[in-house]
Parts: sequence; C-alpha cells; structure tokens
Amino acid sequence: MENSIIDEKIINDLLPQKFGKAGKIWVALLTVVCLIGLFAYYRQIRYGLVVTAMRDYVSWGIYISNFVFFVAISLVGSLITAIFRLAGVKWGSPLTRIAEIIAVAAIIFASLIIIVDMGSPERFYNLFTHGRIQSPIIWDVIVITTYFFISLLLLYYPLLPDIKILLRYKEKSGNRMHKFYSYIGSFWKGTPEQFKLSEKAINILCVTIIPVAFTIHTVTSWLFATTYRPGWDSTNFGAYFIAGAFLVGSGAVVVAMYVFRKAYHLEKYITENHFEKMGRVVVLLSLLYLYFNMNEFLTPFFKMKKSEEGYLNGLFSGDFATVFWFAILIGMIIPIIILLFKSGRKPLPMFIVGVMVIVGAWFKRYLIVTPTLLHPFLPMHDAPASYHHYFPSWEEWAITMGSLAGALLIITILARVFPIIPIQETLTEEHEKAI
Amino acid sequence: MENNSRRDFLLTGLITAGLVSGCTPKTDPFEAGASDIAVPSGKKVKLLSVDGEEIEVDEAFLKPVPHMPPVSNTEARIGIPGKKFVMVIDLSRCKNLKKCQSACNHAHELNPGENWIKVDPMQDAEHTAPYWEPTTCMHCDEPPCVKVCPVDATFKRQDGIVLIDSDRCIGCRFCMAACPYSTRVFNWGEPEIAPAIAALPYSCETSVPQKKGTVGKCDFCADMTRMGELPHCVSACPNGVFAFGDLNEDSVSNGAETFRFSDLIKDKGGYRLMEDLGTKPSVYYLPPVSRNFPFESGLENDKVQNK
Ligand code: SF4
Ligand code: SF4
Repeated sequence: MENSIIDEKIINDLLPQKFGKAGKIWVALLTVVCLIGLFAYYRQIRYGLVVTAMRDYVSWGIYISNFVFFVAISLVGSLITAIFRLAGVKWGSPLTRIAEIIAVAAIIFASLIIIVDMGSPERFYNLFTHGRIQSPIIWDVIVITTYFFISLLLLYYPLLPDIKILLRYKEKSGNRMHKFYSYIGSFWKGTPEQFKLSEKAINILCVTIIPVAFTIHTVTSWLFATTYRPGWDSTNFGAYFIAGAFLVGSGAVVVAMYVFRKAYHLEKYITENHFEKMGRVVVLLSLLYLYFNMNEFLTPFFKMKKSEEGYLNGLFSGDFATVFWFAILIGMIIPIIILLFKSGRKPLPMFIVGVMVIVGAWFKRYLIVTPTLLHPFLPMHDAPASYHHYFPSWEEWAITMGSLAGALLIITILARVFPIIPIQETLTEEHEKAI
Repeated sequence: MENNSRRDFLLTGLITAGLVSGCTPKTDPFEAGASDIAVPSGKKVKLLSVDGEEIEVDEAFLKPVPHMPPVSNTEARIGIPGKKFVMVIDLSRCKNLKKCQSACNHAHELNPGENWIKVDPMQDAEHTAPYWEPTTCMHCDEPPCVKVCPVDATFKRQDGIVLIDSDRCIGCRFCMAACPYSTRVFNWGEPEIAPAIAALPYSCETSVPQKKGTVGKCDFCADMTRMGELPHCVSACPNGVFAFGDLNEDSVSNGAETFRFSDLIKDKGGYRLMEDLGTKPSVYYLPPVSRNFPFESGLENDKVQNK
C-alpha cells in the first residue's frame, strides 16, 4: 500500500504536463523564428545562394558552422546514454531521456542544414543515384543516417515501459494523445520476456552507438582535414572535434536539466547532486578540449609556416582575434575556473556555465570554417571586392536561427509528449532503494 | 557589341547546323526549323552557307545551335583518346593585359565579376622582384576536387582534362574548399546570359550555359581541343604567354611559335605550382626571368572589379 502511494506520486510528478502560459509563449516564439527562417529559405531557393554573403572564397559559411555545431551537440546522446550505461554510472539515468531527445533533435537539423547549404537541393537524390564512396560527404551521409536511426531507437526502446504507464492515465493525456501512445506502444505488455529482449536491444544499441558516434565526428572533421587548406590540414582534427563535441553536448544537457527542472518542478528527481556530478564531467571535458586546442594551435604557431602565417595571425591578433579569444575564454577557461569551486557546481552557476559553453562552441565552429577560407594559398586579388570579406546576410542568420529554434521546438514537443525523466526506471530504482 | 556577338553566334550556329545535316541524311535545318511553330517574319538575313555561297533566310527560321555538335555526355566524360593536354605559362612575358581573361569570359558566357582565369601580382619573398601570374585550373593529375565530389559531377578524363557536369552538380562546394589553387567559381545566382544561350542544353565540353547553384571553372576549352584548335586564352594573348599542346606529341604552341615541350621546360627551368601538395598539375610555369615588360607596366590594368 505504502509503496503504491509513493508510486502514484512519482508518476504524477513525471507525467508529461500541458504547456502553461510560459510554455505557450515559448512555443509561439520558436514557431515564429522557424517561419522567418522558412521564408528566408524560400528566398534562397528562388534567387539562389546569392542571397547569402558567401562568395567564391568563403564558399562555406555559417550553415556549415551550424552543421558542425549540431553534429557536435548530438554526440551527447551517446555520451550520457551509452557510455554512462555501459560504465554502470547509475546517477545518470534521469538524464538519459533528456540527452537522447537533444541528440535526435540535433541530428535531424544537422541533416536539414546540409541540404539548406546545397546550391541545387532539388538534385539531392544524386547523392544516392551517383554517390561515390571516395567522397567524405558520402561517408557523412552514411554515418549520419545510421546515427539518426540508432538514436531514435535508443529514445524509443526505453520509452516503451513508460508508454504503458501513460496509457493507464487516459484522462490525463487526452484522447488524441492516448491514440498516439497506443499507436506507438500498445504492443508492449511489459512481460519479463519483453523486458529481457528490450534490455538486450538497448545494450546492443549502446555498444554500437559509441563507434558510430565517434565516426560521425571524425568524418565531419575529415570534411575539412582531407583538404589542403592551411588551418584544416591537421591530423589532430578528429580527436579535436570529438573532444569539443563531448563538451558542447554536456553543456546542452546541463542547460536542459536546469530548464526542465524549473519548468516542471522536478527538483526531487534532478537533484543538486546531479548538477554537482555533471559539473565534474564538464570540467573534465573542458580540460580535455583545451588540451586539444593547444595541440591544434601551438604546434603550427611555433613553426609559423608561410602558408599558415596569415591564418594564425588572423586568429590570434587579426580580424578574428576577438571571436577567437572570446570562444576560448567563454567556452573553456572561465567554465573551468567556475566549476573548480564547489559553489560553482550549484544549479544556477551550472546553467550559466552551460550557456557559456554552448555559445563559445558555436563561435568556435564559426572559427573552424571561415578564417581558413579567407586565407587561401594564392592571393585573393583578381576578384570583386565583396569576395574578400564575409559577414552572414540576414537570410543566413534567419535560416540559422530558424534551425536552432526548430531543434528547440522538437525538444520542447518531445518533452511535452513523453516523460522527460524515465518513469519506469525511477520506480524501479525507488523500489530497489526501499528493499 | 552585344548584338554583334549574338549575330556571330547565330551564324556559326547555322553553319554548323548545315554541317550536321550534311552528315545525317534526315532533313535540312530549315525544314527542321519550319516544322516548329515558326511563322515567317518577312525579315531576311544574309548568310554564308557551308559551300561559301551567300544565301537569304527568313529570320524566324534561325535557331541558335551551339557552335559545334555537342558530343554526348558519355563521350565528353571519356575525352580524346591518346592525348594528354598540357599548358605552359611563360611568366616572363606577362604584363597583366587580361586579354586571356576577357576572351575566356566571352567564350564561356561568364557572369560579370566571374573569372576562370585570374592574374595575380606575386612576390615570392620580401626582397625578390614582383611579377604577374595568370592562373587557370591546373587540371591536376591527382585532382583533390575530383576526389571530394560526392556525385561525380567533377571528373577527370583520360586526356587529362578535368571537367564539370553542371547537370549533375548538387552545389555542395566541397570541391571549392578542396582546390588549393582557388580556381573554382560558383554561380551564386541565376547567371546573366542571353535567354537563347541559357536555353541550350549544357555541355561539359563547352561549359555553356552556366547554371544557378552549380560550380564552374576553366575547362581547357575542351570543345576547341576536340577540333584541334587552341584554347581561347592562348590565341587571345598578344604576348604569347600561354602555350598549349599534347604531352604525348611533346609539342606546345602559343599560336605563333611551336615548342618542343620537354626542351622548353628543361631550358627555361619550368615548374608547377605547389608541387609539395602532390596534386600533379598539368599547367607548367616558366620563371619570370629576363622579362619582356617591367612589372609596373601591368599595374594600370590591375583595377579590381567591384560588383
Ligand atoms: S586546379 Fe583545382 S579545380 Fe583544377 S583540377 Fe586541380 S584541384 Fe581541381
Ligand atoms: S559543388 Fe558540384 S562539382 Fe563541386 S563537389 Fe559539389 S557536386 Fe561536385
């Protein structure tokens, strides 16, 4: 009896909740930003990429930065779900669903933004009819698709027991939702065999997603590293990208933890202890990323080869210095300093650190793409003056913001539809504790 | 000026049409034109027929035809058997006249501001003399652009020419990021070309017409080489900077003089750009020694176009 009252309480706490006023405003806001982005994309389709500020030298701009950013964030799914799970980290389980939702949203928009960047998107199918395996783009298409499906399944399987619970609360979820839940999960009876099967499936997914996740980041880094450009011609790139991705992904989880905890009053489930632990994870990852940054910049800086000179000077003291030092300070150094203190690992400071990490990471991705393109081997001389600079046009900003808003919208909707903290798992843990 | 070139275009087009009909027994080109919806406009145009006769044709029957029968895509992808095209650029002769550039832009109907040939002022070290360096696509033997293209839109033929299939290019611009010589140009917007030209079917060998959202670059004038003629930049340069030819025949020509390629490269110390990258270009440079013009004489032509 005692037990079931506690259960009731937990379920009540964790059932998806209808949007309040703030929630509605939030969704409306995101929708508006998305629509503006869509309008900008319509203009881009109609007039061509000429509406962007990209030109022959800077032929990749913030779309590609944004793509790399999304790919990076999506890594978190495999970090929190797979690595924590396989390593037997118990405290991470309330965070798994958040991480998986972020991963799915990010990977969807990573693939969309790459289509947005194409000059002739109507020929997208050529990638399948004429695809050539020696191009890193095809590798990317393959791993992104694989990663998307694994992430989706990793979100779905652990959901099944929760859906069974949701189905019991028809009056709470409403008719349409109920239909949806039974559509996607009514085959789940929760028998021991099913549990065993799903457990096995999840374990297999966890084992496979780790190499796939590493591949998707490495392959994305190879999009750059397989070229001859100064600044990209780096053997460090794969590891550098993975370290950076882990960092921004965990930053995103911290931010999401804070927001959901506040919005859904989940203080009991996402505790200060979780922030404390995530704080340690973030410090570790920041240090790791800082280490790879030193590898990335110190060695070429020491040698200062002619081809790299303009690029490195541009970063350290030239046109890009402000953004560069901002990204290093905000994205790594200041978070490390804050998180070294115990009081820095409380929810609010952690939230701020998470935002800093994300913002720093976005600008870092910008710095990976643009400065290199503005420092080609041959001089940018015999070209129109507008080709010598790059500052994104309003369409580019609108589309980029639209994609970010779109990802947030997916996260918001998934959090509205599904319990953001695994209910069944929480119950099981509660029971184990009681015993 | 515009009109003139358009008339030239129609004229050559018509003559070729005549030529084609000569080989194919089907119909004569005028009838083919008449079978379309053309209604005689009453305006006659004088033309020179293939046999050198002057003939009069109603304007309505004139149809633009590319100046040569476009070879099929498959043929264009294979190239001309037994050839290996090379170019030699003599830096000691260049004074930045940019005649190569304008001839190229004209022949390929490029957008204003778009250049496949660029002429850059170069200086190798602080205390060395500056010189003018024309650059084209290097038609690399190990072309990074071809390696990275996901859909085989940019490809290398057996005669060494690297071409682009604008009907297949998805506009990802990976090739632009990969090309260390920055020679590729992107059609960011709808190209500003005459509607008649824009309506032509695209041919990899002429690179005409350029299309929105696809990439373009120097094609070594594959259509001219198929006819055994020199690329437009070679014939347009009054100083004989460019020499073009077949490595297998070991001869290159700038139109006025013909050289044995191997001797030329050996005697003048020819080299290729950025050899260390391993792209193995097909364009060779002769160093700017005993120059025909002082560097300064090129400065006045060096207005950066603004657009
Ligand atoms: S110069 Fe550039 S575009 Fe031309 S073949 Fe070489 S890599 Fe490709
Ligand atoms: S832009 Fe076109 S030619 Fe270049 S890599 Fe992409 S598909 Fe190939």
